[in-house]
Amino acid sequence: MRTSATLPPPPRRSRQLWIERLTGAGFAMPAFVLLLLTNLLPLIAVFYLSLTDYEFGALDAAFVGLANVKKAFADPVIRRSISNTLIYVAIVLPGAVVLALVIAVLVHGRKRMRSFYEVAYFLPVTSTLIAMATVWQFLLHPRLGPVNGALRWLGLPEVPFLSDPAWALPTLAVIGIWQLLGFNMVLFLAGLSAIPKDLYEAAEIDGAASGIDRFLTITWPLLGPTTMFVIVTTSITAFKVFDTVAVMTRGGPMGSSEVLLYNIYLEGFQYFHTGYAAALTVIFLVFILAFSAFQTFALDRRVHY
Amino acid sequence: MGTAAALAQPLPAQATPARIRIGRLTSLAATHAVLLAGAAFMLLPFIWMLTTSLKSPGEIFSADFTLWPRKFSAVENYDRALTSAPLLRFALNGFIICFGILVVQLLVAIPCAYALAKLKFPGRNLLFVLVLLGLCIPVQVPALPLYIALAKLELLNTYFAIMFPFFLSVFAIFLFRQFFKGFPDDIIHAARLDGMSEFEIVWRIVVPSAWPAIAAFSVFSTVAHWNDLYWPLIVVSDTRLAPPPLGMMFFADAETGSNYGALTAAATILTAPLVIAFLVARRRFIEGITMTGVK
Amino acid sequence: MAAVELQSIVKSFGATPVLRGIDLAVADGEFMTLVGPSGCGKTTLIRIIAGIESQDSGSVLIGGSAIDHLRPHERRVAMVFQSYALYPHMSVRANLSLPLVMSRLRLHERLPLVRLLSGRRRAVMRGIEREVEAVAQQLQLGALLDRRPAQLSGGQRQRVALGRAMVRHPDVFLMDEPLSNLDAKLRVHMRTELAELHQRLGATFIYVTHDQVEAMTMSNRVAMMDSGDIIQLGTPTELYARPANVKVAQFIGSPAINLLPGTVGAGGRVELLGRQLALEVALPAGAALTIGIRPEAIAARPATAAQDGEAWLLARLRRRENLGPEHILHFDLPGADLAPIVCRAPAQLHLPADGQVALTFDTMACHLFDASGARVAARGANAGEAGGREPVVVPFRS
Repeated sequence: MRTSATLPPPPRRSRQLWIERLTGAGFAMPAFVLLLLTNLLPLIAVFYLSLTDYEFGALDAAFVGLANVKKAFADPVIRRSISNTLIYVAIVLPGAVVLALVIAVLVHGRKRMRSFYEVAYFLPVTSTLIAMATVWQFLLHPRLGPVNGALRWLGLPEVPFLSDPAWALPTLAVIGIWQLLGFNMVLFLAGLSAIPKDLYEAAEIDGAASGIDRFLTITWPLLGPTTMFVIVTTSITAFKVFDTVAVMTRGGPMGSSEVLLYNIYLEGFQYFHTGYAAALTVIFLVFILAFSAFQTFALDRRVHY
Repeated sequence: MGTAAALAQPLPAQATPARIRIGRLTSLAATHAVLLAGAAFMLLPFIWMLTTSLKSPGEIFSADFTLWPRKFSAVENYDRALTSAPLLRFALNGFIICFGILVVQLLVAIPCAYALAKLKFPGRNLLFVLVLLGLCIPVQVPALPLYIALAKLELLNTYFAIMFPFFLSVFAIFLFRQFFKGFPDDIIHAARLDGMSEFEIVWRIVVPSAWPAIAAFSVFSTVAHWNDLYWPLIVVSDTRLAPPPLGMMFFADAETGSNYGALTAAATILTAPLVIAFLVARRRFIEGITMTGVK
Repeated sequence: MAAVELQSIVKSFGATPVLRGIDLAVADGEFMTLVGPSGCGKTTLIRIIAGIESQDSGSVLIGGSAIDHLRPHERRVAMVFQSYALYPHMSVRANLSLPLVMSRLRLHERLPLVRLLSGRRRAVMRGIEREVEAVAQQLQLGALLDRRPAQLSGGQRQRVALGRAMVRHPDVFLMDEPLSNLDAKLRVHMRTELAELHQRLGATFIYVTHDQVEAMTMSNRVAMMDSGDIIQLGTPTELYARPANVKVAQFIGSPAINLLPGTVGAGGRVELLGRQLALEVALPAGAALTIGIRPEAIAARPATAAQDGEAWLLARLRRRENLGPEHILHFDLPGADLAPIVCRAPAQLHLPADGQVALTFDTMACHLFDASGARVAARGANAGEAGGREPVVVPFRS
């Protein structure tokens, strides 16, 4: 918003300027101090620690350079962990984005039931995941859970969702989708509401009347920035998966659901291999930054109108 | 040639009025079918959680599935849940922690965002770059050194330890800065001419106008920190301080996962505050989420 | 044949009636303007003609056949929106091509990737490109074809919106306040352009505006609407010279008509501010009248120069607005608690220093309206004059 030139700024003497600078610095100081203490210094510390073999509680530590990083990439547990995390993201991303888009488009046109759908789909986002994880464990229980009950009723074999290595990670991914869907739906709804209605009317007169035509001609292109944002935040959130793993599977069975953040937690706060955990954290950060960078560059290339 | 003219013809019109109406009805029915199926999937855990918490162990472990309990064991389940773990204490911790974090976040972020938006001071650009950088760094990254520092200072297992890393919300700074930038400079000049100090300007004039953003952020922050597990798990081992997710984990451990009635009762108790708050303040919640998409 | 006929169109939004039974016949090739204050229903009416709004009852006919069941793109109408509604993510060329692409290509020839398989598509697209180029030439958009709407000025966007309508060669052009988002100078220029476009294309134009100047200068006929009804339908001259309703009289003409309260005296004589005018109406004595006199029908003269037998009012100058070639004068009538009388005068007119003037006017130039606002026929009060003599028609000046 441009400032209108109705009121000239108060006369700027050098003392005035100095007061403004002091005030500004004063306002920003607490934030800056906290930024230093909680973000910057720890970040530097993480980098530094990753280059040592420090174990928490030890009296001294040696500088080992990139040995931790090399060890991480050679360690099959960590490699599996990274690949598990990426597989998890690969399942959650299309699920949580495409389904959310479909649901948003369907809900957007509704008038009567819209409130109900908004509430129903968004409720999982507000729920405490750990509590719901317990419920999901019960739902997926081989003998007691209704999901397997339904499978049995359909004549299909039981599926040990959380105790079969092949099923554990995809199951967690579905729960991740369950939790994210409503969030993305709300973002898409906001994006859809921002599209001017008269574009659709003009398109109707021009012949783009069917649902597919309206979607391809107007909805999808104009949702571009929103879609990009949803994809990036979903991938970052999915990459940070931890809660369900810690509570439901603890990385099992047989490490099939170990994810990077869980390994970091184990190494850093259970086994206290601080240096190694720091190196893993650096790897973790690199992935997150890669996702964020992708967003910046992709958004820059899109034409903004 | 005939073909050029033929190509320039519009395609014949398709539908009769009756066919249009039928087409619209079927698409409406299909839409609702899809939406209802999805809604059922979304709500299934909640419904199951509620009904299981009302059932007796015999029903839970029986082979047939009934949605509604035949024998109400609500009292036993909830009683068991409340006595074997201090669930209300967990919820109280959640309130204390979320409130404490939110208050400090607002007190720190609002003046900083104002300064970034409206005042010139040395280091302003550097600070903004650092804020942007901070947006990219999730809280799990500085967790390790922060833990070590807090341990060395013997501050583990305190409310302060749980809240400390979150006192600064770069997201809040970024969001409020966007808002404050849109605030008309003329009003601020007029206030200065009237003799108001900058501090008063921030809190008396600018903040009330940004109330929707502040409310939305508050919702966002509360939800995030009520449901946070990673950091409390690291710094807290004393159950008296556990926020809801950690408390739930302790409880589930203690119960060794067999008393589903009590477990779902506990889950209900711990999930209820946010769900109820959401149902009451739905608009604010959704605005809060939408704010994150407005860049 | 592109004559448009509206039969008893009724529309309500919820409990609010917006159109109360509109009957209107627009001839083929006519430029018909729907004019009126906000909320009168004119935009709703053209949206119903376009098909993006559906009426509660009544029928729309184009070329004699009812089109109510046809979807908007099947109706052979094109619409220019007030906001232009240009597709922001498409180039001007793509915006102009879209209507043709939609109507000539089947779905599988439009889907991304799948469409690469269609041979027919290439030939059709070539034809479309030629037509788009032709329309762009007509509207001087040739150099802008590869730009996006955000990179265009308001006037350029308006022409693209026009082009998108023209490219379909519709029978009827519907325009919803297309000039209201342009600055004043551009608006004047575009008025001429649109009028010339109408001449060239020979299509039926139905134009909605709240600006009476556009209505007067561009139209063959004007339908003035108010609260969901058409209160007068006629040529611009008819609306100016013989307003059927006091609302029409107030709407048309700038500055607005002066309205003075009058009564009917003995013998049907019209009385204004205590004096009799040489006018008779067929209403009972004591009936209330509103007397309308246009600013251009009033002359201001020094009070001493007023002549007997002429209708005149004593007035005092309140304000003089300098428009350059002419002045707008505002007068107070002493002793009467009325809104100032507005009068147009040549710039050279000299008024006495004390500001006391006589406002003279031709009684036959008065427009009389009864208590409900409807026009009342008046006769000159001298015997022998034929009833219903045409009032003096003052040439319209914009």
